[in-house]
Amino acid sequence: MNREVYKFLVLVAIVLLCPLAVHEGYILNVLVFVGIHTMLALALNLLLGYAGQISLGQAGFFGLGAYISGILTATHGVNPWLAMGEGAVVVTLLAFLIGFPILKLKGHYLAMATLGLGIIIYIVFNEAVDQTGGPSGLSGIPNLSLGGIIFDNDLKNYYLIWTFVLLSMGLALNLVHSRIGRALRAIHDSEVAARVMGVNARLLKVQIFALSAGLSAVAGSLYAHTMTFVAPASFGFNFSVELVTMVIIGGLASIYGSLLGAALLTLLPELLRAFQDYDIIVYGLLLIIMTMYMPGGLVKGVPALFSAIRSRLKRKPSAHA
Amino acid sequence: MKRLLLPIITFALLSIWAGSCLAASTIKIGALFSVTGPPSFLGEPERNSAKMVVDEINAKGGIKGKKLELVVYDTQGDATKAVQAANRLIKEDKVVAIIGPSTTGESMAVLSVAEKEGIPLISCAAGSKITDPVKKWVFKTAQNDGLAVTKIFEHLNKRKINKVAILTVSDGFGASGREQLKAHAAKFGIQIVVDDTYGPKDTDMTSQLTKIRGSQAQAIVCWGTNPGPAVIAKNVKQLGIKLPLYMSHGVSSKKFIDLAGDAAEGIILPSGRVIVADVLPASDKQKKSLVAFVKDYQKHYKAEGDHFGGHAWDAIMLLKGAIERGGDTPAAIRDQLEKTRGFAGIGGIFTYNTADHAGLAKDAFVLVQVRNKDWALVK
Amino acid sequence: MACLKQRNMGLSDQIAQYLVSGLSTGAIYALIGIGFAIIYNGTEIINFAQGEMVMLGGMFTLFGLDVLKLPLPVAILMAVTLTTLSGVLFERLTIRPLKSPTPLSLVIITIGGSILIRGIAMLVGGKDTHAIPAFSGSDPLSIGSATILPQHLWIFALTVIAIVLNKLFFQYSITGKAMRACAANRRAAGLVGIDVRRMVLFSFAISAGLGSLAGIIVAPLTMTSYDVGVMLGLKGFCAAIIGGLSGGLGTVLGGLLLGVLESLGAGLISSGYKDAIAFIILLLILFIRPQGLFSRAQTERV
Repeated sequence: MNREVYKFLVLVAIVLLCPLAVHEGYILNVLVFVGIHTMLALALNLLLGYAGQISLGQAGFFGLGAYISGILTATHGVNPWLAMGEGAVVVTLLAFLIGFPILKLKGHYLAMATLGLGIIIYIVFNEAVDQTGGPSGLSGIPNLSLGGIIFDNDLKNYYLIWTFVLLSMGLALNLVHSRIGRALRAIHDSEVAARVMGVNARLLKVQIFALSAGLSAVAGSLYAHTMTFVAPASFGFNFSVELVTMVIIGGLASIYGSLLGAALLTLLPELLRAFQDYDIIVYGLLLIIMTMYMPGGLVKGVPALFSAIRSRLKRKPSAHA
Repeated sequence: MKRLLLPIITFALLSIWAGSCLAASTIKIGALFSVTGPPSFLGEPERNSAKMVVDEINAKGGIKGKKLELVVYDTQGDATKAVQAANRLIKEDKVVAIIGPSTTGESMAVLSVAEKEGIPLISCAAGSKITDPVKKWVFKTAQNDGLAVTKIFEHLNKRKINKVAILTVSDGFGASGREQLKAHAAKFGIQIVVDDTYGPKDTDMTSQLTKIRGSQAQAIVCWGTNPGPAVIAKNVKQLGIKLPLYMSHGVSSKKFIDLAGDAAEGIILPSGRVIVADVLPASDKQKKSLVAFVKDYQKHYKAEGDHFGGHAWDAIMLLKGAIERGGDTPAAIRDQLEKTRGFAGIGGIFTYNTADHAGLAKDAFVLVQVRNKDWALVK
Repeated sequence: MACLKQRNMGLSDQIAQYLVSGLSTGAIYALIGIGFAIIYNGTEIINFAQGEMVMLGGMFTLFGLDVLKLPLPVAILMAVTLTTLSGVLFERLTIRPLKSPTPLSLVIITIGGSILIRGIAMLVGGKDTHAIPAFSGSDPLSIGSATILPQHLWIFALTVIAIVLNKLFFQYSITGKAMRACAANRRAAGLVGIDVRRMVLFSFAISAGLGSLAGIIVAPLTMTSYDVGVMLGLKGFCAAIIGGLSGGLGTVLGGLLLGVLESLGAGLISSGYKDAIAFIILLLILFIRPQGLFSRAQTERV
């Protein structure tokens, strides 16, 4: 446990000091999005990596959080923090209720049902024009503010969002190392066995689903208040797939993996500007290759790769090719 | 994890360094276009046109001896990506002005960045709310949807038609059109008897059209971009509906006639002058720009230049004019843009002032009709 | 007075047209749905790339017509062959090498595959939408007060042929029976000497071919572009789910039902929420009757 605390403190230190190293405003802006994506990847990873339940509709919960926050503040003048709280509560409850029927399903059926749910939510964003502003989006969302500080530039937003990231990572770390985490892993390995051992598998799955949705909604609120604008195109099926990609690439059932995956996938388009038209192909290939050859993600895959190479180098390079 | 971090950081630093290295004797202009993603029908011709005109300006020696450098980022039609890219253009590439984005949604997201950072933005999207109310740093080249609506309604008035059905696509383009159609109808004494929508990827609109057939509508106005309207034209023919069919400027290219085939005959729509450049009278002020644009586009890309590409062409030319008059700092460009008077571009004749950053009047559109598989001017 | 009468007739005429339109769209969903069902029944995989096979069918036909200037029947034949090969290639390169496939990894790989195929199609074929000529003209035919196009008849005919062939193949041919055996129990099928991996490959080939055929035959109506496969694929999947993932009549009925409900929904309720209607039906069926509307309960479905 001490080692975990130590690791986490190193991360906190890196996060705190990062803006000193990158005073370039643009990188800071990217890091704000890395933060939001990390929260989303983390939320999905709790469900996908720890409980073993796929969701292809996460972008819908993210969008709900963003829109609830946006509509309440921009249209009805509610305090942004209050709106964020309301968004989180509403989405968590919604997910909790829908979780019971939806998590009865498994595998492909669950994938398809969550996908359908995500698409329905997306259609509502598009069609409920009077509330959401429809396809051209909702503007005029205020920034968050705290005791006179208005979070209206990249540096302030960076600290705001990464505070939330660290909080949720801390929460997730505590969760997975608790009794619940062990129960989740048991469900992941064998639901029947877990049930026999007295784990209320169904309720636990639904709770994690709701937690994951709620966390995504908070990320959505943060997104809405930093962007000050939301439009449906940001919450479509593609983004749900992008989130799954982050989790897979970073590493299933790894908290730090979520951070790594989110960072990589957010930075990747920035680094691959030269092939910008090809990024759809890069995504597809990454998904396939990672799932096939590095199912543990980078967090497990890269060290494994290194040790494999090392042990191969130590041995004589013969027979094994 | 540590092993991975090092190459990533190196790579990131390298790309920053590479980005800031080229500078000094060039004028950097940023461009945000949705080159891929659903609105790629806008972004691709826009990017092509912008590149084309920048190359031409440079071939002629640039502006006041300085070459232009165009930095294009693909936004995929997503507001998040557009904002990220706008930040990168401003903070890393240090551009003096931005053209784009392609869609109204993305423009609404990006304009707050431009306002905050004080960089002139010339949007290529149609939504009138981009420049209404006027924002200090934001201009646009695409004709407001309201102008196209006015053009159609005037024609309806002439034909003494006062009950119409509208069928709009449920994306940003259609939503904005629908809003304008509803807003202007009363002024022209026109009653909207059916107000229906279809999805951008829908493949059969007979349900909506059947409903329209059963209504009192005397004409149909459809607002969308390819391929939806082509499907609608075919469905109208299939159902034997004889009502006059009006479309938006969203389909004013040869592509639409190709897709809809015979079903396109007789359809009327408002359009920029690009598609009828060759039949315009010589006295038309825009004719010179239009013919040059069409010819160049054909030469470079082996395709027909459309008015979407024209929006980007106009944006670059407006910038060129502003830089020639006042220098290449963002503030000077903004001030000079606002003083643009009577610039005859592709989309129309632009006159900006402190109260109007859209710059076009309704004569930016002409009405055209499909006759014998080609566009003809409606007098 | 005459006007009033016309108006009263209007509603029943409208409903007739909704039904006819719904059935024709439904037949398309059904054809695509059968492709999903075949792979599922052969391998227990939901192939998220099935929609892309539909897209490839249309795009390859377009390539044959526009670039190679082939006559339509030859272009169609070529497109089906090429798409079938793509399906086989996809299975060989991504599904077969998997050491320990789990539903999760299969979902993700097929999603990755669909993104990849779509991306390649976009880069090679461009982003434009293209028209393909109708097989036998586009003069509408009247059925009572409703109208359809000759192309719709092709769709209906192909759907019927697909069900019949499918039935014959799975009931009577050795390969078909072997594939059913694999679906029922992989290990047992392997023990009695069936080459399971070959059967998996077969099911990918058949469903790719069928998907491409569906894509080709709807292209004159829907037009074709690199991204037509997404929505059509999802709707096809809904059809298959409603039909309980049966390779035959169930899915066809599912598709027709979905088409009619969508069309009625668009006409009578709200066209904007038309797609939402399809997915709400999907969710309801998954929640209430995961074995599908038309089949008896089975144990292994959820």
